[in-house]
Amino acid sequence: MENKRFFNEMFTEEAAARAPYEAYAQWFEGENPRDLRAKSDEAEAFFRRIGITFNVYGQKDADERLIPFDIVPRIISALEWARLEKGIQQRVRAINAFLHDIYHRQEIIRAGRVPKEIIAQNEAFLPQMVGVNPPGGVYTHIVGTDLVRTGENEFFVLEDNARTPSGVSYMLENRETMLQMFPELFTRLNVRPVSNYPRDLRRSLADCVPPAFKGNKPVIAVLTPGIHNSAYFEHAFLADQMGAELVEAVDLQIHDGRVCMRTTRGYEPIDVLYRRVDDAFLDPLNFRPDSLLGVPGIFDVYRAGGITIANAPGTGIADDKALYSYMPDIVEFYTGEKAILQNVPTWRCSEPESLKHVLANLKDLVVKEVHGSGGYGMLVGPAASKRELQAFEKKLRAKPSNYIAQPTLALSTVPILTKKGLAPRHVDLRPYVLVSPKQITITPGGLTRVALKEGSLVVNSSQGGGTKDTWVLGE
Amino acid sequence: MLGRTAGGLFWMFRYLERAENTTRLLEAGWRIALTRAGQGTNEWESVIITAGVRGPFEAAGLDYEAGDVINFLIRNPNNPSSIMSCVAAARTNARMVRTALSSEVWEAVNECWMAVKAVLTRPVTEKTLADVLSTIRTTAAVVRGALHGTMLRNEIYNFCRMGTFVERADNTARILDVKYYVLLPTAAFVGTAVDNTQWETILRSVSAERSYSWLNGGETSAAGIAEFLILDRRMPRSIAFCLSKMRENLGHLESEYGARQPSQDLADALVARVSGRKIEDVFDKGFHEFLEDTIQDIAGLAGRIETDFRFYT
Repeated sequence: MENKRFFNEMFTEEAAARAPYEAYAQWFEGENPRDLRAKSDEAEAFFRRIGITFNVYGQKDADERLIPFDIVPRIISALEWARLEKGIQQRVRAINAFLHDIYHRQEIIRAGRVPKEIIAQNEAFLPQMVGVNPPGGVYTHIVGTDLVRTGENEFFVLEDNARTPSGVSYMLENRETMLQMFPELFTRLNVRPVSNYPRDLRRSLADCVPPAFKGNKPVIAVLTPGIHNSAYFEHAFLADQMGAELVEAVDLQIHDGRVCMRTTRGYEPIDVLYRRVDDAFLDPLNFRPDSLLGVPGIFDVYRAGGITIANAPGTGIADDKALYSYMPDIVEFYTGEKAILQNVPTWRCSEPESLKHVLANLKDLVVKEVHGSGGYGMLVGPAASKRELQAFEKKLRAKPSNYIAQPTLALSTVPILTKKGLAPRHVDLRPYVLVSPKQITITPGGLTRVALKEGSLVVNSSQGGGTKDTWVLGE
Repeated sequence: MLGRTAGGLFWMFRYLERAENTTRLLEAGWRIALTRAGQGTNEWESVIITAGVRGPFEAAGLDYEAGDVINFLIRNPNNPSSIMSCVAAARTNARMVRTALSSEVWEAVNECWMAVKAVLTRPVTEKTLADVLSTIRTTAAVVRGALHGTMLRNEIYNFCRMGTFVERADNTARILDVKYYVLLPTAAFVGTAVDNTQWETILRSVSAERSYSWLNGGETSAAGIAEFLILDRRMPRSIAFCLSKMRENLGHLESEYGARQPSQDLADALVARVSGRKIEDVFDKGFHEFLEDTIQDIAGLAGRIETDFRFYT
């Protein structure tokens, strides 16, 4: 039954390996399951040693945890990837055009394709960005497009993470781990490398220098909230791999219209700041006054062309869940083409008709908070108890505009290695997209998140999800 | 390099050095406890004083006996200088400055922390002490090995080394100061059994019992030990050695930055104090005063370095 309802990416219903997995399945057959399980433990020790851990908010004793890693790769064929790549490029192009428009002439609102209220009353819309031109015209330097699959050729975009998508360090370290553990697989299969990501990121950021930049080598820095942030490992990792400075707000000060870092020799200006701090905390003078993570006045320097901030402030309006349902229109409006990647059908609970439908079908739907993230504050209808459904209904009625609803998608599965052998589990995929004024680069691969619990559809690492290495095959 | 990073590197290696020093101190103390059981004098008290934690130790209501002292110095979370606290602090600093470290150094310090944490989940007993101390020493040595073997010889390396030598110079000076009275060349005490054991303890707590006896053909004397630990530049834990290394590293920074710093003057003055002198001369001027001044001036040098290179947290 399980096999019929959900698309298994590795095996057909007749238990034959699908084309992209053929060589892998053949190799797997010849392996001793016990050895493979031992490899699994090895992987965990490896992750601990290099310190790829994350902190879970609100859990004091387990301040450093590992995201479980599954050693069965998720494999995508060259053809499948080519289509995804085209679709993502189109979508990201549209997002950047939308952001420019929404912070300038707002043609899309004038054209009646997106309602005014959804922008004006949205916290993700940053009025301070109106009329600002980010260096190189790029708003979203880094995007992590969340995709889910429901069939052979059925891919949907679940979310456009256009603020500060995380997880790319897992994409890179998962690959390193697989290379160390199964070198023989990489000689048999033509797996496209992901290791260029840090170099591409650096180049992409360097292509967006601000007008104030002088000299020949831009100074790039990664801004982290600090070692207690859940993604600190990634911040340090990326700075290290790019050869950039890893800075915290305490290291930064504004001198002569530039944002400078305090070095052992004095203050040195930064050209491009890859910030891993949310908009609201970026600048206590311009945004949240209680922020200790930000740099007072950095936004003024930005507006005056003294620094590039990546991603630009205010990009959240493009990946806001309230706006998500308009994405097909947005893509068409700015590219003149039909969207290549599908959107998940979405009911906007702010609309009375939709709300009625949602309330009537709550047990079959997934309801999300418009501003929520990380799988928190969301209802998975089919998995919820009666009491949970009732409680959620109350919340919905109280503030319908705070929610959107989507059908429960039949997420595809990829097997994981369990004590009893291979067992299918639901997955999603986050490819990483880099935008520079010259080009859009998508690393062939991405982060595959997997719900380790049987039947679970929630892949978030904060809620029992794990990761897999993602292999995109060459031609 | 960020000033905060320089500070993180400096402190990472100070903490590691401190953890190692405490290990040595405990080994020496443990040996005395074993060889001189029931002879009255309490070596554990001087171990606690040397480690600079007398206040918190007594405030915790603990006794100067093996179990209390060992566990306080090794794993008590309320003792900021306990080995566990030091290793954790070293790792936290390493995490903060990770981009400045080679992956081998980072992994070594992370593994050191994991190993120490694992052996310290339970209280240390007489049976497990030797193994625990050996785990700490071995894993900390790997960090140093990775530093020497994989790091560029640039400013990063200089800040790491200065952290090590400031801490070490301070430690050696403290060990001598706590025991200065057994080293005073007062005829009445020389050569008694008590002194011989005390002298041996001093040498052991700086891992120098073999090298000293090799250099002196087995002849032990108070003046000889004091000279070895203060003035001998061949001895990697002597005050003179550590201070000359400080000066050397500051010199590298001067040529890399193209500017001389006030901390260099302090280092020069400190080096001069232990250069071309005879130990008798030190004794004549007041041994205890000399050590007190040295401890204070080393702290002053560390503070000046923090200012010169804009460390801050």
